[in-house]
Amino acid sequence: MSSVVVYNLVKTYAGGDRRATDGVSLEVADGEFLVLVGPSGCGKTTLLRMVAGLETPDSGTVSIGGRDVTYLPPRQRGLSMVFQSYAIFPHMKVRQNIGFGLTMRKVPRDEFDRRVKRAAELLHLEEYLDRYPAQLSGGQRQRVAVARAIVVDAAVLLMDEPLSNLDALLRLQFRAELKRIVGQLGTTTLYVTHDQAEAMSLGDRVAVMRDGRVAQLGAPLAVYDRPADRFVGGFLGSPPMNFLTARVGGGALAVGDASLQAPDHLSTWEGRDVVVGVRAENIQVATEPAAGWVPARIEVVEPTGAALLLTVRLADEQLKVQAPATFPAAPDARVHLRAEPAALRFYDPESGLALDA
Amino acid sequence: MRRRRWQRAAVQAACVAITLFMGVPLYLIALAALSSRASLNRFPLPLLPTEPSTETMSTFLRSTGVTGGFLNSLTVGLGTVVLALLVGVPAGYAVARYAFRGRDTYQLFLLLTRALPIVVLSVPLARIFLDAGLYDTTYAVMLLHTALALPTTVLITAAIFVGVSHEQEEAAMIFGASPVQAFLRVVAPQALPGIAAAAMFAFMLSWNEVLGATVLTLNQRTLPAQVLTTLADSPLAYRFAGGLALVLPALVFIAVMRRYLLNMWGTTLR
Amino acid sequence: MTGKRARVPAAVLLIAPSLVVMTALFAWPLVVGVGQAFSGPDGPTLGYVRRMLDDPYFWPAVRNTGLLIVVLIPIQFAFALTMALLLRERPRLAGLHFYVWVIPLAISDLAAGLVWLSVFADRGYLNSVLDHLGVDGYAWLSYQNTTTMFLAVVVAELWRSTSLVLVIVVAGLQGIPKDYDEAAAVFGATYWQRLRHVVLPQLRPSLQVALILRTILALETFAVAQALTGRSLPLLVGETYQWYNVLQNPNVATAIALVVLAVSMLAAAGYLRLLRDRTAAR
Repeated sequence: MSSVVVYNLVKTYAGGDRRATDGVSLEVADGEFLVLVGPSGCGKTTLLRMVAGLETPDSGTVSIGGRDVTYLPPRQRGLSMVFQSYAIFPHMKVRQNIGFGLTMRKVPRDEFDRRVKRAAELLHLEEYLDRYPAQLSGGQRQRVAVARAIVVDAAVLLMDEPLSNLDALLRLQFRAELKRIVGQLGTTTLYVTHDQAEAMSLGDRVAVMRDGRVAQLGAPLAVYDRPADRFVGGFLGSPPMNFLTARVGGGALAVGDASLQAPDHLSTWEGRDVVVGVRAENIQVATEPAAGWVPARIEVVEPTGAALLLTVRLADEQLKVQAPATFPAAPDARVHLRAEPAALRFYDPESGLALDA
Repeated sequence: MRRRRWQRAAVQAACVAITLFMGVPLYLIALAALSSRASLNRFPLPLLPTEPSTETMSTFLRSTGVTGGFLNSLTVGLGTVVLALLVGVPAGYAVARYAFRGRDTYQLFLLLTRALPIVVLSVPLARIFLDAGLYDTTYAVMLLHTALALPTTVLITAAIFVGVSHEQEEAAMIFGASPVQAFLRVVAPQALPGIAAAAMFAFMLSWNEVLGATVLTLNQRTLPAQVLTTLADSPLAYRFAGGLALVLPALVFIAVMRRYLLNMWGTTLR
Repeated sequence: MTGKRARVPAAVLLIAPSLVVMTALFAWPLVVGVGQAFSGPDGPTLGYVRRMLDDPYFWPAVRNTGLLIVVLIPIQFAFALTMALLLRERPRLAGLHFYVWVIPLAISDLAAGLVWLSVFADRGYLNSVLDHLGVDGYAWLSYQNTTTMFLAVVVAELWRSTSLVLVIVVAGLQGIPKDYDEAAAVFGATYWQRLRHVVLPQLRPSLQVALILRTILALETFAVAQALTGRSLPLLVGETYQWYNVLQNPNVATAIALVVLAVSMLAAAGYLRLLRDRTAAR
């Protein structure tokens, strides 16, 4: 078992005019499952590939288990990887595919069989060992790719969007299975995805990346609950966090005609605009007016089964509100909203950064 | 509905007509080459194989220079294949895998060389090979054919290597393979059928090339060169037999290569 | 998107042998060739060029080669397009038809000439069929009947070289998503309207490439005519062969070859222009 430490990694692709990663530093602790998440082009895959040894950084270092591996070829880094396209070898049977890493390490025959069998059992592939990948479904190929990665017992496991080629239902099933397997093995794992739900559900910690930098790094729920900037709040969660502009004045926040109580730490913003962030599930909704509740008008009603997703208009702002499935909602109806002061987050309208309490 | 059926019939009929146009001459040359001398002297010629005979073919094969030409064609063809693959496969791999500076220029250069008429190369090459002591050897023809086959070999193999995803190579390297091992264990087995196709293409090009082979040799003629240079002085039977001998490999070649034809002549040309 | 910078030397190493081979076997002969055509034992001379121009066969060869291109290529393209569109209708036995239609891809022009010689020879199959039908034979390949001689060469070339155009067009057709055609059909376009407004415009790149390639190759036509007519129908490359092999004059042979090269280069320049236009458009 070993940790992965990435220090100040800079990479610009030949012919590219901006940095794919721009001085990224982070540490994946021994046995930790860290998810790199971000929109396409944020540098997450580049970062993963530099850890794998498939790319060489312009500057900075990568160390695995305390050893500087920045310029070592992949095979000397003691890691293993699951690729987005699976990268299963079509000319080899499943058995040879799973055991490829063992063949390369010249593992003896009986141990080879034993380990391949165990990995195949773990991924329910026992029946398919003598088939060629072309005879497998997409989900089964994915299992082969994962089996191949875990059979070598590498200290570090890298995964590059391993679920993105599966259909929605399969993805959900396999996500849980992957979490179970990796949890059992306890391998240090670096996992790349663009899917925020995947990041939330899998990671011990998530690193949200944007434009070659880490925007925020922390436990999934902490990052979800307290986004460090507007980008993270908008990226993580579905629906994304609501943002509305409010003016601070006399200890209150004015959103259009409505007014909320302003927390003390906003006193330095007296007379200026701030951005208020609030999650859809943290907004309460009622049909009748009450003191401290703000009136709004429903624009769209979207039942999701477990709840109702309302798009409401409050002054000039549009908000996503999660209401109970039984809530009597209709387009154009008037509703009243309220949010716990503790659920509100505040951001600088210029920089988009969170205003600390 | 009736109109549609009529259209289908018209399409079928047109296809059959074209197939006849393309196929009947092949039947006729085979018929001619497999007839006896006597029946070839008859007129009108029989249109059905009434008296099949190997006489014409065997006379042709026993003519001066034909066996030698056949062997030379084989030598040159195989040599061309080896040389073209040896030089062309690495270049094809580079074109497929690396975005090096000048790659586009290199590809343009390849395309440009395809536009060079063989005749322009052959005559000066004869001069050069005379000076180098290579004139009238199979090596001379081999070199010319290698040059002619090389651009296509590079383009075909590049297309093949592009078809083997780079991630597979990377996966092999992650799981402990060196770059060379990754190529040999992962890329090569998958590229092999395509490379074989490229090899057959080179062989066919060499087998069919007439002018350069004629210009570069006097005694070490390849089969087509031999047939061409003795054309004026030989009887019709000889020419028909020669025609069939040159056509036969084509039938096999196209049958084997059907899967690759579009790739080879269609897409890589662009 | 792999890291390239560190690997440039590897790429260069892999490419280098092919560059060496092609320079040695393409560029060098070209230089030597220009020397051969324009310099004699007494230094630079236009004598060989003059001899080429004064040769009674030269201008007929130019005319025949040009005529061959002008007559053959339009027919050939119409033929290849028809074949490709027929295949697109998925006729029965499409695989067999396609196989037979592309066999000539691997047949040399010499072999093609010999194949058609069996048809057009005085005592060949065509006259035999005519005889069976009670019609008198005709001396198709006689030097007195220049028109039929020329047509025989056109037919043989049409038979041999259309498969190349066919393959390019079929590959091009496969690259056109069926959606467009279907969309046009949904909006009420007839077959001919779809062909005219949907299929052909998208096929244009393929057709242009095929056109230029075939033009260059047609310039090099030679063994077909040799096999069918000997020197009765002189063609440019055939003249090179005559000067080199029969008249033993490599200098004049090279001069003619350079004429072929010049014309080919013009076509190739068109080829490259077109290629660049398309990359720019992408």
